[in-house]
Amino acid sequence: MGVTLLALTRPTEWDFPLFLHVLGAMVLVGGLLTAVAMQAFAWRRHDPADVAAFSRGAFWALLTVALPGWVLMRIGGEWIRSKEGYSGDNDPSWLGIGYLTADAGFLVLLVTILLAGLGVRQLRRSGSGTSVLVRVATPLATILLIVYLVAVWAMTTKPD
Amino acid sequence: MALHDWLLFLHVLSAFALVGAEVLFTFLIFWLWRTDLPADIARISGISKIGSVLVGIGAVGTLILGVILAFEADSYAIWDVWIIAAVILWFAFAELGRRVGQAYDAAGARARTLVSEGRTEPSPELGATFRSSNALTLHLTSLAIVVLFLLDMIFKPWA
Repeated sequence: MGVTLLALTRPTEWDFPLFLHVLGAMVLVGGLLTAVAMQAFAWRRHDPADVAAFSRGAFWALLTVALPGWVLMRIGGEWIRSKEGYSGDNDPSWLGIGYLTADAGFLVLLVTILLAGLGVRQLRRSGSGTSVLVRVATPLATILLIVYLVAVWAMTTKPD
Repeated sequence: MALHDWLLFLHVLSAFALVGAEVLFTFLIFWLWRTDLPADIARISGISKIGSVLVGIGAVGTLILGVILAFEADSYAIWDVWIIAAVILWFAFAELGRRVGQAYDAAGARARTLVSEGRTEPSPELGATFRSSNALTLHLTSLAIVVLFLLDMIFKPWA
């Protein structure tokens, strides 16, 4: 009920930053979902052409979809926070969960993109059907997806 | 956690599944935009199936949980303008999604047939089917509806 009341009493000037924040989060999750699906298929295939194609797709999904989605989500989130007037001393726990998952997740996202990109290069050079770097990037992207879904839970239900 | 919180979380999670699937489909369309190779298009059929499952779960989840939320919450009513708008958008999205699916499934099926026949050389006819402006227009329209959905849910016009 608290969220419902918040939605009703939320000042209208929060609407646009909230729209950007949620849109960015959805694009981020969509990019991660695409990358994880591609990486899972790369993991299961044995044909080097398939493995290379799926690994390349996963890398580009992370770089061109998930990363811009994160930026949009983070800008929108900071914009709302500035309007809400939280100082850092009285911040509710759901905001802390949001910051932790967003900022720690960003570092993991960068590492995942780097590993996926280097893995694609490794696959192209070796012509083989496996890359340790791509394989390491797969669980990282999966963990990120799960972490951001936990963030969705925290942002939606707003636990104290 | 209260029942309302669970319903709201699952409703939002369904929306994320729906939009995530739309992002996946959009990425696949642009990723393969310049290819005429049957193997490239046939390869992604498994991934597009994941998208189809997600969009189905997301669409059904958002509608059912959204309607339950409208009845459960005292502050909303099912006849609120923004909720009626959302239901109309949902039906428009469902019909567009069906047509988009038909268009791209035809290209995927053709690609798999060519690969099974051993015809792996570039096929301009297949590429043209995949790059059909009609299919792309339908897909972009469905994306626009998703954005309208989000605007409607956040701005809640006439609430």
